[in-house]
Amino acid sequence: MSRITRFAVKLSAFLTFGILFFIIGYILLKGIPYIKPSMFEFEYTTNNVSMFPAIVATILLVGLTLLVATPIGVFTGFYLVEYAKKGSKLVELIRIATETLSGIPSIVYGLFGMLFFVIKLKFQYSLLAGTLTVSIMVLPLIIRSTEEALMSVGNGLREGSFALGAGKLRTIFRVVLPVAMPGILSGLILSIGRVIGETAALMYTLGTATKIPDGLFSSGRTLALHMYILSSEGMHVNEVYATGVILVIIVLLLNGLSTYLGNKLTKGR
Amino acid sequence: MKKNSLEGFMKGIFILSALMSVISIVLIMYFIFAGGLPFIFEYGLKNFLLGTQWKPSNIPASYGILPMILGSIYVTIGATAIGVPIGILTATFLAKFCNDKLYKYLKPAINLMSGIPSIVYGFFGLTVIVPIMREFFGGTGMSIATASILLGIMILPTVIGMSEASIRAVPATYYEGSIALGATHERSVMKVILPAAKSGVLSSVILGIGRAIGETMAVILVAGNQPRMPKGLFKGVRTMTTNIVMEMAYAADQHREALIATAAVLFIFILIINTVFLIVKRRGEN
Repeated sequence: MSRITRFAVKLSAFLTFGILFFIIGYILLKGIPYIKPSMFEFEYTTNNVSMFPAIVATILLVGLTLLVATPIGVFTGFYLVEYAKKGSKLVELIRIATETLSGIPSIVYGLFGMLFFVIKLKFQYSLLAGTLTVSIMVLPLIIRSTEEALMSVGNGLREGSFALGAGKLRTIFRVVLPVAMPGILSGLILSIGRVIGETAALMYTLGTATKIPDGLFSSGRTLALHMYILSSEGMHVNEVYATGVILVIIVLLLNGLSTYLGNKLTKGR
Repeated sequence: MKKNSLEGFMKGIFILSALMSVISIVLIMYFIFAGGLPFIFEYGLKNFLLGTQWKPSNIPASYGILPMILGSIYVTIGATAIGVPIGILTATFLAKFCNDKLYKYLKPAINLMSGIPSIVYGFFGLTVIVPIMREFFGGTGMSIATASILLGIMILPTVIGMSEASIRAVPATYYEGSIALGATHERSVMKVILPAAKSGVLSSVILGIGRAIGETMAVILVAGNQPRMPKGLFKGVRTMTTNIVMEMAYAADQHREALIATAAVLFIFILIINTVFLIVKRRGEN
């Protein structure tokens, strides 16, 4: 009995991590040989299948999403942890709302973004419509990580600050926030990863134009969308592998950074 | 005085920010349901949900989404059957069978697994799992089974993350008591700790089910996407999510409304799953 249990547990763990390393190794090994300088040319043509416009669009989308979602998410965390009475009706409502938001599939976000931002508000397929859609999507992530980071800050710090005559705002921004910063940052980094990996929510909001977006109301495609479109067309398989490599490397870097910051938070506790 | 007004002003901003999630969820529900429900009532709830024909280009067109509902349910069951046992056992390994040094590397690996974009999983499925399935079971290799395997892999980090946390949350006294009674480490973990963590483990499973049923871009590459009643484990299938993505690009008028209505049905599935999740989680906390 004991031996079977031990075996099953170890086999499962081996399978899980084996699959993970296989996926990453497979994409890297198959893709790296296909990365060519022509894939980073300024303009996309059907010949070079350049991913440069997609890289720029991804960076723009990530930047704008952080700009929109960070203050809203972090401020929500402030409200929930520092101001609200635990268990009040409003807190309950906000909690149910964020938990529901985090369970909604990205295709539903995409459809909502299309119906509301693209059609109703007449943004067309655009950077703005895409940004607003994924901003709602990453809100729960930012809120949760902010909450957790704030709650990990000992109350002694707050009381000390109040005792020295500081107001609530000053305490939050000068005393609590600096200590909670690594946790919040690690949540933001996870959000970046989420945005970079997103496809279903962006197809009908950001659109799939191959050029570099030249404004908020201009369409574009992110790297993940680029990869999806190429792989569903089936004509540029090598370029799909190459795009996959870039995506996987970005995800690896972001995760490393997030882990590092997370460790920093636990150490600072 | 000035300082107090700033305090009040910022508090207002914080509350306003907190309300944004509530506003968002209301807007999302409104647009999906207002866009989809009129069509459902016009076409007939029964015809829509139980119709077995999805032929938008026929005259008259038929919009039965039973094939897609079943497709979603089948691949979700398949994903659960594969992902849940492996996930729970891996979580057990991480929490109780693994030394700290190894854990330091494995925990970030799980996070990494949940960070890999679904399109990368999908492409991996398309280029690795599909040919294997084609080799062994014939056909195109794109099938319920293929989608289940891929989704089973994709829900692993969700199941593992939450299960592991709840296993770790079981008080050490449970384990110590069991050991003191002469049980082995393995027996204590399996018969005492896992049962004590069951509500958290169950929540993780429900969360995984939600992930699987909502997944789109990975499924679209490996499931075959034929809009017909599922014919077998190794035959192609279309899910609700892929139905929306595939046809939205060119759909117009009634066809488009039918797709929004598909999203409304998917949304109801998700809301039910979410509610069950919240209930199980709350019960576990009390």
